[in-house]
Order: sequence, then C-alpha cells, then structure tokens
Amino acid sequence: MSVVAVAPERTAAGAISIREVGKSYGEGKGRVVALERCSFEIAPGEFRVIVGPSGCGKTTLLNAVAGFHPITEGEIRLDGELLCGPGVPQARPGADRVVVFQHSTLFPWMTVLDNVTYGPVVQGRVKREEARERARELLAGAGLAGSEGLYPGELSSGVARRVEIVRALACEPRVLLLDEPFRGMDSITKSVMQQGLLELYDRSRVTILFITHDIEEAVFLGSRVSVMSTRPGRVQATIDVDIPRPREVGVLTSPRFRELVGQVSELVRGEARRAFEAGERELA
Amino acid sequence: MNGASRRTIVRRGILGVLAWLALWEVGSQLGEWIGVAVPLLDKVPPPHTVVGDLGELVGEAGYWNSWSLSLQRVLWGFAFAIAIGVPLALLIVTSRTFRGLFFPIFETLRPIPPLAWVPLAIIFWPTQELSITFVTFLGAFFPIVLNIVDGAAQIDRRLVLISRSLGLGRVGTFARVLLPSTLPAMVTGAAVGMGITWEVVVAAELISGGGNTSGDGGLGFLVWNAYQGNDLPRIVVGMISLGIAGYLSSTMVRALGARLMPWRRAA
Repeated sequence: MSVVAVAPERTAAGAISIREVGKSYGEGKGRVVALERCSFEIAPGEFRVIVGPSGCGKTTLLNAVAGFHPITEGEIRLDGELLCGPGVPQARPGADRVVVFQHSTLFPWMTVLDNVTYGPVVQGRVKREEARERARELLAGAGLAGSEGLYPGELSSGVARRVEIVRALACEPRVLLLDEPFRGMDSITKSVMQQGLLELYDRSRVTILFITHDIEEAVFLGSRVSVMSTRPGRVQATIDVDIPRPREVGVLTSPRFRELVGQVSELVRGEARRAFEAGERELA
Repeated sequence: MNGASRRTIVRRGILGVLAWLALWEVGSQLGEWIGVAVPLLDKVPPPHTVVGDLGELVGEAGYWNSWSLSLQRVLWGFAFAIAIGVPLALLIVTSRTFRGLFFPIFETLRPIPPLAWVPLAIIFWPTQELSITFVTFLGAFFPIVLNIVDGAAQIDRRLVLISRSLGLGRVGTFARVLLPSTLPAMVTGAAVGMGITWEVVVAAELISGGGNTSGDGGLGFLVWNAYQGNDLPRIVVGMISLGIAGYLSSTMVRALGARLMPWRRAA
C-alpha cells in the first residue's frame, strides 16, 4: 500500500450522539446491566476508538448503533436523526452505518468484486456497471487489484479483512462500525492492516467507531480514545490523541505515543482492577 | 483438483473394486479355509457366475427396460421430493410458527420405512406407476427436508446481519443470503435423497406385478422376482445394478451441485 495524500474533508456528516444509553438483559435476580447511562458524542469524520476490558459492553453499544440489538434506555442519534430511543428500542440496520465484524463476513458464494458491489447494488443507488467500476477503483486503492475474481475462500485472513473494509466503504456510509476487526491476527499482519485502515481513513474521512481492547492499536489509530468501565458499562474517560496524521509506524516509538499509551493503560487497568474486585470474572 | 490426483483417485477406485472382486471370488470358491467357514462369502455365488448371469441379462431387452423403468420412477420421485421438500424446508427454517406446527408431524412420519407405506401407496393413487413413484418420493423427501433444516441451523447469523447492515431488507436477504447459505445443505440432501430413492425402489416395485420377461418390472422387481425364483446369481446382479445406479445418480447430483457452487472449489 502506498502513502496517500490526505483528501479534502467530506461533507460534515456522521455525527453520532449517544445519550444516557442503558441496556439490561433478563429480569429480577438474573438481570444484567450491560450499559448504564453511557453518553458520548462523536464528531463528523472523527476516528473514535473505544477501549475497555472484555465484557464492558463495547460490542453491545456498537450493535445498538448498528441496529442489531435494542437498547432499554436513552437514545442514539446520527446527524440529529433518532436511530433508537424512547418508543423505538431498536434502530433499523442500514447502509449509513456499516459494520465490520471480528471474523470475516464476506459472502462466501460471491467473488470479491460482487461482495464489494453488493451494498451499492442492493440499495439500488447505482447501476451494476457503475458499482463495479467504483469497486475496482476502491480495491485498487486498498492494494487489492487483481483479487476481484477470487472467492473469499481463496483469500488470506488479512486480505479478506481489507476486502471487507472496502466493501463497507463502498456503501459510502456516514459511519463505519469496526468491532475488533484485527483481533487474533499476528502482529505483522495486524500492523499492515492498521496502516491500511489509516490510509483508507485519511482518504475518506468517514466517521469511525472502532472497538478494541488493544491499547496501542487504540492510540495508533484513534483521534480520540474512550475508556469504558465494566458493569455498568459507560464511558469513563476520553483522551485526545494529538498525534498528527497521516500516521506511520514510526509513530509507535515516539515519546508522545508511549506517553498516551501509558495514560490509557492506567485508566484501563484501573477499570479492570475495579471490575475484578467487584467479582467480575469476564476479564481478558 | 489437478489431473494427476484425479487419475490417482480413479486408479485407487479400480484397484479397490478389483481387490474386492478377487477376495469375493476366492472366499466364495474356497467355502472354508483351514477348516473355518469363510464368513458370509461362502453363501454367495462367486463373481464369475454372477458375471455369467449378467452377460445373459445384458442380452435381454427386459433388463434394460428395468433400468429405464426404475430410473423413471426414481427421477420422478426425486423431482417431486425436491419440488415439495425444498419450499417446505425453507418454510420450516424461516417461520417458527410453521416449524412448531409441522415439524413434529414430519419427525413422526420420517422414521416410517417406505416398505410400510406400500399398502397405503396402492390405495392412495390410481395407477401403479404413481404408487411406485410415491414410495420413491418418500425415500428422497425426508432426507432433503432434514438436511436443509439442519443446514440452515448452521448458517452464520452474522451474514444475515451484515446483509441488513449493507442495506438489504428481509425479503432480499432471504433470497440473496439465506438461499445460497443453505445451498450446500440442499445439495447434500439431494445426493442422500437420490441414493435413498434407489434404496427404496425394491419396496416400491413390490407394487408392480412385473412384466413378461424376468427383468421387466424394474430393477427392484428383478431382485424380488429372483428371490421368489431362488435365483441367487440374479439377485446379486440386481443388487449390484441398483448399487451402481445409486452411485452414478448421486455422483451426478453432486457434480451438478459443484457447478452451482463454484466458490466451494475455491475453499
């Protein structure tokens, strides 16, 4: 992948506002509170990373924004429109908020090109040929030229993951929702993937909500990093990452990077310890 | 799969068949070995008598007519099983209400052997051919439905979520995600079902009275008729014919499935 010049800012869309969101499962004694009075705002074009110990409700929050699960309190808005809130427990899933999961969800029966054109074509936004043209450009831009005719089963996990991010971007979403997309990858692949994502972000400046429990990843990628607490899950602190973009791997050894990682680690450790002392056993 | 390994597979297959024929011939000829009766094989006519009988049968028009008759019955039964079984299975998969209403009945009917259906099959349908086809239909119907229902349970739910996230509604997601996801299970069900139609063709063809010549009632009837006439080599010929027919037709279903699922070759 090559270094790409920073593109001009997109239209200012993709502001997410999460207000007093609560989510609980079950009733009576078995009631589990996954999220409680969780609030934060994401600015249009911001790369927001949420870190926190496993079980803190990060994924629950992302699924609520995506419209995969209902919430029980509060509201979530996208550019001011209500996604879910009082009277509308569950948002409608839609291509304005595309999700990339931890494991590949490319459609195995479609070629790479068909996977990438799937969104634009099924939404009826563009003609198939036009979508293909655009998909080829996007794939080439992500260093995936030549993979168009392959099936997902023929791709390495890293390539499959990149295709999946490209597929999401092809929908021109207002928000990209990434749920630990690089988890379980070896460190070399992971670092290539992170660099690739940063390039795609620098070019598209789409709003990103990125979930991880890897603190270095959070600081390397994010414009702001929010630390979530466990049970009840809520954003405990948000740290501005004032490292300029475009970011290269060299950033990883800079003193400012280490300092920020230290700060976030401290916060996460505090949360993890508190959760552990509270008797929680679902730690990473 | 490359040419070389395919050749190896064919060579192994032929070798396996030859080795088995040799074992059969020797076992059947010996009858006993160092005072111990050769199990099972001592009661079966040796391959060379079977081949002799086969040679005789091959010359008879009735034998080939039996192939053709059985094949038609099997294919019609199979076609109906697909036409009714696939939509039914998809209904069970997509509607919990329908599953709740229908699945217990399905599971009760499923274990009933096709032979037990023969009397009802005769009463149900006006013609003999329809009755026979009905029994072969039953053979294919249950494995097809069951495979799809089980296969659908294995579907990656996240593919459905992602399709919704990419902007497709429920109906579109059904057509573009659920159907291709269950296709492998459909093909497996069809291949198994195809094999079973041949398994039940003996029972089904009990219904037919047979034709003028020994083989004229279908391959299943040929076996039954040979049993009544105590013609052991002919029974074995009939059994082998059924086996080959079943193997070939299941292979064809699988090959067709592979064409429908080019992505599976890639994996």
